[in-house]
Amino acid sequence: MNIVNILRHIIEPGFFGSGPVHIALAVGTVVAVTSAVTGVFTVTRGQSFAGHSLADIATTGGSGAFLVGLNQFWGYLAFGAGAAAFMEMIGIQRRRGRDVATGVVLGAALGLAALFLYLGTQYSTTTGASFTILFGSIFVITPSTVPALIVSALLALGTVIALARVLLLSSLSPDLAAARGVPVRAVGAAFLMALAVSVALSAVVIGAVLSTALLIGPAATALRVTKGPVRAAAVAAGIGVAATWLGILLAYDSYYWPPAGRGWPVSFFVVTLVVGGYLVTYLRRPVTAAEPAPDAEHACSAL
Amino acid sequence: MSADLLRLEGVGVSLGGREVLRDVSLTVHPGEFTGLIGPNGAGKTTLLRIILGLQPVTRGAVLIDGAPRPPRDASIGYVPQKLGIEPDTPLRVRDVVSLGLDGHKFGIRLPSRARRELVDDMLIAVGARRYADARVGELSGGEQQRVMIAHALIGRPRLLLLDEPLANLDISSEQGIVSVLARLARAEGIAVLLSAHDMNPLMPVMDRIVYVAAGRVAVGTADEVVQPEVLSGLYGQHVDVIRVHGRVLVVAAPEGIDAAEAAAEDVGVIL
Repeated sequence: MNIVNILRHIIEPGFFGSGPVHIALAVGTVVAVTSAVTGVFTVTRGQSFAGHSLADIATTGGSGAFLVGLNQFWGYLAFGAGAAAFMEMIGIQRRRGRDVATGVVLGAALGLAALFLYLGTQYSTTTGASFTILFGSIFVITPSTVPALIVSALLALGTVIALARVLLLSSLSPDLAAARGVPVRAVGAAFLMALAVSVALSAVVIGAVLSTALLIGPAATALRVTKGPVRAAAVAAGIGVAATWLGILLAYDSYYWPPAGRGWPVSFFVVTLVVGGYLVTYLRRPVTAAEPAPDAEHACSAL
Repeated sequence: MSADLLRLEGVGVSLGGREVLRDVSLTVHPGEFTGLIGPNGAGKTTLLRIILGLQPVTRGAVLIDGAPRPPRDASIGYVPQKLGIEPDTPLRVRDVVSLGLDGHKFGIRLPSRARRELVDDMLIAVGARRYADARVGELSGGEQQRVMIAHALIGRPRLLLLDEPLANLDISSEQGIVSVLARLARAEGIAVLLSAHDMNPLMPVMDRIVYVAAGRVAVGTADEVVQPEVLSGLYGQHVDVIRVHGRVLVVAAPEGIDAAEAAAEDVGVIL
């Protein structure tokens, strides 16, 4: 049995010929990279909870958009960005203020989501809508939204990369960054916006309530196996893309699994792969400071 | 004298209606090692923040080379008291030092051999070369201080400000940091201004003391400033200066208790 035959067994017929699969792979890749790179800074800045809150608020936006007949992405984006601005305004820069701000906004938003989803099921015959909003719809992305998705992803990714050094300096010490002339608060606000956009995009791929998985999972895994910032971002992006592709492939294959004729959700596979990858890092010792080898320079340390 | 690197003239700061510092005048010259000494809450950090341009003054002037302090001044390096990072922060020691050059800039830069060598030189200068590839969040407090000194030095500052660099360090790390700083001041002509609540580890290397208490300062050599009359005037209450085995203790008697009785009952407050 040669390699092609093995692949035929893994990749079910028609996978590469399917239009929805092409769109899913293209959008999934761009979104996975954006989310993973943004995620590295989200974890580093201790804003994972804010990221998760933005995801929950995106649920409200998505369900609201569905109710009024708009594409869900615009709902995710509008609510995520609005919530990010509100959280910034009421003091996300202080640790306590940050927790309270996200907690308060979150409760209100989820209440609204419950209402919108309820109304949506009352007025619509599309039974899968609430499932799509909550858990993703990468195989049913409307082709006309693809350019908007990709442009948004590139904007968010570009923002994070442009801010990378000042974000790192600010996480070392905000005072130090301010003394060097960095507009710390504006940088924090810009990052929060990029985070909101990443969350909205991940919501399209794996659903609003799961979008944190694509944001935090690959980043957290990368931080366990790398030491420097560039490598952490690259590894996180690699993990995100691998989980997304494999998830899409498995979801496509699962159409032939029991119960036959009902594919399993992509989100399930992506999230399971991301979490699995994270758990694998616990099988090995996390990277720590290498044992210092005594060398000629060692004497200097006593100076 | 116009050769002052840093000059504060009659600086006063009020925060929320409370006068935190008043009438602070001091000068710092190139290559000078100055200790900013005083109890916790005396205004040392506020004074450093003024010099860094993070705290606007209510009165007086801050001059660098005789001119008002510009908003961003590359000639001042700063080492904060504590790094706000977790052990898993993706920054190696060499990344942190490299951020000292251009961490305030937007956009990306490509790695270069020249930069790597410059970073290595700075790490060797502070004795931190052997943990260059370790994550900075996993280092001890003393090791982090050395890294942050290298971070500040790579920008070639003429004035190096350090906020309580000796707080929470063990004695050997403390001596290591003090001697690195003293060497930099002497060899590179960098003016060092360092805050500390205990002046003793700095006694062998300090050229001058800026003693801060109750929002006011006394400036001079250690022998001039650390005197009962000077410090009593500063604190606004009677304090004793006790010298034991080359160490100096500044001791205040609580109000209403005379000093001898306080000493006998061991209720003196070491400031």
